[in-house]
Amino acid sequence: MPSSIPDTSEKWTGAINTVVIGATPEEGGTRTSTVRIGGAGALPFLGFEGSVGRRAAIAVEVWDSGGEGWPEPLRKVYGDALSSPGEWAKKAVEFGAEMICLRLAGAHPDAGNRSAQQCAEAVKEVLSAVGEPLIVWGCGVDEKDNDILPAASAAARNENALIGTAREKNYRTLVAVCLADKHKLIAESPLDINIAKQVNILCSDAGYPLNDIVIYPTTSALGYGVEYVYSIQERARQAALRGDKLMAQPVICDVGFEAWRVKEAKAPAFPTVTDANRGRWGVIWEAATAMVLLQAGAELLVMRHPDAIREAKKAVERFMPASKT
Amino acid sequence: MYVIGERINGMFENVKQAIRSKNAKVIQDLARRQLAAGAWALDVNVGPAASDAKGAMLWLVESIRAVTDAPLSIDTARWDVMSAVVPQVSGDKILNSSKADPEIASQYVGLAVQHGAGLIGLTIDAEGVPGNVEKRVELGAQIITIAMEGGLPLEKLFIDPIILPVNVAPKNPEHCMQAIAQLKLFADPPPHLLLGLSNVSQRCAERSLINSTYVAMAMAHGLDAAIMDPLDPALMSTAITAELLLGKMIYCDSYLDAARHK
Repeated sequence: MPSSIPDTSEKWTGAINTVVIGATPEEGGTRTSTVRIGGAGALPFLGFEGSVGRRAAIAVEVWDSGGEGWPEPLRKVYGDALSSPGEWAKKAVEFGAEMICLRLAGAHPDAGNRSAQQCAEAVKEVLSAVGEPLIVWGCGVDEKDNDILPAASAAARNENALIGTAREKNYRTLVAVCLADKHKLIAESPLDINIAKQVNILCSDAGYPLNDIVIYPTTSALGYGVEYVYSIQERARQAALRGDKLMAQPVICDVGFEAWRVKEAKAPAFPTVTDANRGRWGVIWEAATAMVLLQAGAELLVMRHPDAIREAKKAVERFMPASKT
Repeated sequence: MYVIGERINGMFENVKQAIRSKNAKVIQDLARRQLAAGAWALDVNVGPAASDAKGAMLWLVESIRAVTDAPLSIDTARWDVMSAVVPQVSGDKILNSSKADPEIASQYVGLAVQHGAGLIGLTIDAEGVPGNVEKRVELGAQIITIAMEGGLPLEKLFIDPIILPVNVAPKNPEHCMQAIAQLKLFADPPPHLLLGLSNVSQRCAERSLINSTYVAMAMAHGLDAAIMDPLDPALMSTAITAELLLGKMIYCDSYLDAARHK
């Protein structure tokens, strides 16, 4: 009687949604490329259990204003571009951005309180500077976001941008705006899988298609609870692969923002730090955080430093099969 | 929970009338409403409504197929009706049902395999419904073995340990739960465990409460499918909540609503 090793691979019944961001002229927009994320039918890197979906994409972060305050190692690589969203976006593309993530940081009431019109102008500036698809990220203050995001959305009408964030207590305006201007939507939750699911169902009940949502389950940096971030994403992913359609959304991670605000990145105080390597710690912190989140199954990483981007891309290209078109 | 909607059954007066007057709208409306309420499949039973059981079953199937491709549970105790109707049912189907006697069960398994159908196997044989747990498990195991030998994948097999009304068979609900728990361990992956749930409260007061309570109890023992009334919102909400408490879904405040998103 022939002996055989029993097949112990997981048989998943669900899959992560595929979401396309960006619209070319044929699709009514002005982008020169589009980005397609998602599609996994198995856990990350476990290709023998099913399709691992499309390769993770990397977006590079640009601010409407306030970049001058970024940590020194970043100021060094971006230079004067940090004071102009358009120039900044061009640098980002040079550094390997497949998408631009425009954060309307200057709209925050404590950081400039820039107007809806100014935000819309920043959106237009980035759109005309580069051809990559656009992510627009609000300032995180409910009332202010409800003022600036409609204007930002209108400025990118028909570009099939990804706009966020919709939150449990503040989603109706953004849902309506994204439906009207034909954008994809980021649904945010505060490191809480129950709320992640709840925000999705709220957006769905408000008329937004579940298939067009990208979720932001909150990111944190290495050393600051990234293992908790990982386990939340892993649980959501397992539920999705077992068929939970309210957890089947691709995940965006805010890697650069989180990595570059921890002290180890900005002002490392380890015994081995020298003036010569001081600037590398942030790069390493950002790259390492990115690696962890890729293993959690993140589909879209928002990053900052060109060297960290290069490391993350190297990992993606080495370990994830090329996306089929 | 794999809910098979029970409402298209000639035992119900409106269905009986619809079959007699060939009023497809009544049947189609029931099909749509049950699916919208969360049923995954629809049971189809002619009941005592027609002298031509075969013709009436085919008419019901045809009427339903005009509005949905949902799996249909062809519910008849007559082999001549089952074997004549099943080849003519398009799409997914479940044979409801076979008894456990080897010669009967292998006949049904063969028909199910031939048509890619599911099969409900009752833990009942020539001697009738067992009065204890052991015999139920024995008969259930017998059906599982025959299904495996006949090439029916166990994810297409539903074992029904036969629930009797609690007012006439007070020990029966407990027996069924124990049988479910034991049969769940019999194979890996296990077959589905199913009940014709409403029977537990036949001719009782508080039917919805009894059905709801029992479905939660039985699910805790491993029940994962039932022929039941999806139009009873309390019952459906209880089944969803039991699933939540058994760790089969991720909680959110709108979990009832979420569970209805298929």
